[in-house]
Amino acid sequence: MATIAGKKSGLVWAVHISVVFLVLLWLFPTIGLFVSSFRTADQISSSGWWAALFESEQNEVYRAADPDDNRVADGDMFVVTGNIFEGEPREIRAWGISSRNVSAFQPGETAEMKDGENVTLDADGNYVWRGNDKQLSGRGQRIFITATVPPEFTFDNYRTILFSGSGQDNMAKAFFNTLTVTIPATIIPIVVAAFAAYALAWMEFPGRALLIAAVVGLLVVPLQLALIPLLRLHLGIGIGKGYLGVWLAHTAFGMPLAVYLLRNYMVGLPRDIIENAKVDGATDFQIFTRIILPLSFPALASFAIFQFLWTWNDLLVAKVFLIDATGSTTVMTNQIVELLGTRGGNWEILATAAFVSIAVPLAVFFAMQRYLVRGLLAGSVK
Amino acid sequence: MFADNPALLGLATIVIGVGACLGYFFFSNVVLDKIIFPASGPNAGRNINRANMVRPWLFLFPALFALLLYLAYPVFETLRLSLTDRDQGGAFVGFANYSQMMAEPKFWEAVRNNMLWLIVVPAVSTAFGLLVAQLTDRIRWGNLAKSLIFMPMAISFVGASVIFKLIYDTRPEDQNQIGILNAVWLKFDGGIGSVLMLQVLPSMLLIGFIVIVASVAWSFARGIIAKGEDKSVWLLPLRLLVAGGALWLIWVSVGSLIGLWIGELPYGEAQTWLTVPMWNNFFLMVVLIWIQTGFAMVILSAALRGIPEETVEAAIIDGANPFQIFFKIKVPQIMGTIVVVWTTITLTVLKVFDIVFAMTNGQWETQVLANYMYDKLFRANDWGVGSASAIVIMLLVTPILVWNVYNARKEMR
Repeated sequence: MATIAGKKSGLVWAVHISVVFLVLLWLFPTIGLFVSSFRTADQISSSGWWAALFESEQNEVYRAADPDDNRVADGDMFVVTGNIFEGEPREIRAWGISSRNVSAFQPGETAEMKDGENVTLDADGNYVWRGNDKQLSGRGQRIFITATVPPEFTFDNYRTILFSGSGQDNMAKAFFNTLTVTIPATIIPIVVAAFAAYALAWMEFPGRALLIAAVVGLLVVPLQLALIPLLRLHLGIGIGKGYLGVWLAHTAFGMPLAVYLLRNYMVGLPRDIIENAKVDGATDFQIFTRIILPLSFPALASFAIFQFLWTWNDLLVAKVFLIDATGSTTVMTNQIVELLGTRGGNWEILATAAFVSIAVPLAVFFAMQRYLVRGLLAGSVK
Repeated sequence: MFADNPALLGLATIVIGVGACLGYFFFSNVVLDKIIFPASGPNAGRNINRANMVRPWLFLFPALFALLLYLAYPVFETLRLSLTDRDQGGAFVGFANYSQMMAEPKFWEAVRNNMLWLIVVPAVSTAFGLLVAQLTDRIRWGNLAKSLIFMPMAISFVGASVIFKLIYDTRPEDQNQIGILNAVWLKFDGGIGSVLMLQVLPSMLLIGFIVIVASVAWSFARGIIAKGEDKSVWLLPLRLLVAGGALWLIWVSVGSLIGLWIGELPYGEAQTWLTVPMWNNFFLMVVLIWIQTGFAMVILSAALRGIPEETVEAAIIDGANPFQIFFKIKVPQIMGTIVVVWTTITLTVLKVFDIVFAMTNGQWETQVLANYMYDKLFRANDWGVGSASAIVIMLLVTPILVWNVYNARKEMR
């Protein structure tokens, strides 16, 4: 028995460790972007984001104070004292006075130069620079230090992207455009589909089974097929490219899933309630609005999340039906793709822009995950 | 002024849209019950019946209208466009667009890449999803782990592309690498560790893959020759298709296996990953796998929970080890769900556009059909060839469409 128990706990440990590993593997990419969005351009290009979480070593150059103004006589020599850090202390690991060997000395040691000139630097950055009249003139002595820098993060990128940035770097407009596309495109299909789903679930009429099968079929029709015919249609009837067109397109493209999900849910509602209401003289319209809609809330929420995520994250439909040559109606996904082209190396801009667009769906996701899972389970054709 | 502000316009649209929908449903019912077929007078009974026959169509009309206009009509219109030429004023040109498309190497590149995507992404996502679902099934923090792995579902393809572009980023030799892949790659120096990690391990994975594909192919192909198997007409093309696809896959894998040992790996040089031919396809697929694994996991996890406890208990009593329980008891019972997950991811793969568009835009031999189509439609303005490639996507989707409809009808009975 003991051996079995021992084996079992070994296996349990293996399971825990592999799950931890997989979770970290899956989180790693997102965290990379998240961390990068809080770093300055210099930080991003000088080290990988994973280095940002730890203290890092940095080489810096300072100059002692101007000797002509600050030197003090000390016997037949002169001395300049001061602190190389002006209000921004670092922890000095090593230092040097020549660019060829920047970490020649430990803090507290004295660097001897030619003809008795020397520099002493302690760990706090206080230095004593001693030399004769000729040596202590002109410009201040250069001091190279290797310092450990604590992790440092900034909100500047978000300030740029959301408020102060200009042109493509400012996502504020695209953010509101995305919202403007998303909200009507989420709410309207729900209303339309709910009525249809009720009819398909609880009303008897010839051709019902055929219609349900058609909806299942349309679930998988690639929307790529719809692009050209519908764009022609929109241009033909005067809608053109714009919000109205993209709302209509999203409403229709979300319709099969909406009808399918809601119908499957409504069909499972107890028959008694509906029949009792009918006996009591309720019309179909009343049954629908007073009984079915409130009871179907979980399914409505599931679809709402789907549609919200889908419209918020969409690029193709927006590019085809919304964004015209002026680009004033651009959405976030499109702006990010454009940034990838023009600012491909500016990771502080890209990472922040991407994270601004990801943040809202992530918040929705974590807040309403329950409904999303339920919708997925109901939505995959069994 | 009103139309200038998109937020106000949006708000107005919500109010008008929702109001119009509700108003339509309400008033059309009133009109039906009170005016056309009033439930009073001499024909009350007949009128009620008639009204009830019309009413479903009132409820259905807006949804049906949207479905027909935006999804059903475009299928036929695209088919028509693919047979006409825009430059000749929409004249019927037969299959000229198709033959023009077939003559383009870029199209075949897209087809080849799409096939790779179609095999790799669903397979790997489903496998990982199943693995995570099983591993998290019994542990206490399983739900947390699942929701973290599920999270990429909420991230847009474009956002994911940015995330992975940072991973694949390349800096010049003399600078610190800020992309994790290159940073790791530069740790390999051609020593024994590198041989183990980069040649032996991938070789073993490839050999394992070849064995699995070969066994699947054999189990399908056996039916063609063996006696006593179900020899229905439907299955023969399927068997041939699977066997052919498997042979091609084995061919590709053996090629990569040989290449792995013959080719000189450029140790110590930072790679621009997205430009390495063939491999860059896999780097793009990783993005979609990363997103879709969560989906597979959620569905398969629910299926695993639904397995009757007794079957597992019986196996334990019979002395089965955890691996036997998983592969011989659990997996066969959720095979139906695995197929559903597989087909659903297949559909996503067929429509994949954003990832390729944002990351490489089909350069360096990474073209896929959906992006090829977008290219033709909106850059080359060639509606004929664009529509033809859309029809190719539709044809690839059709078997799944038929299968879904067939299953849905079976379920309803």
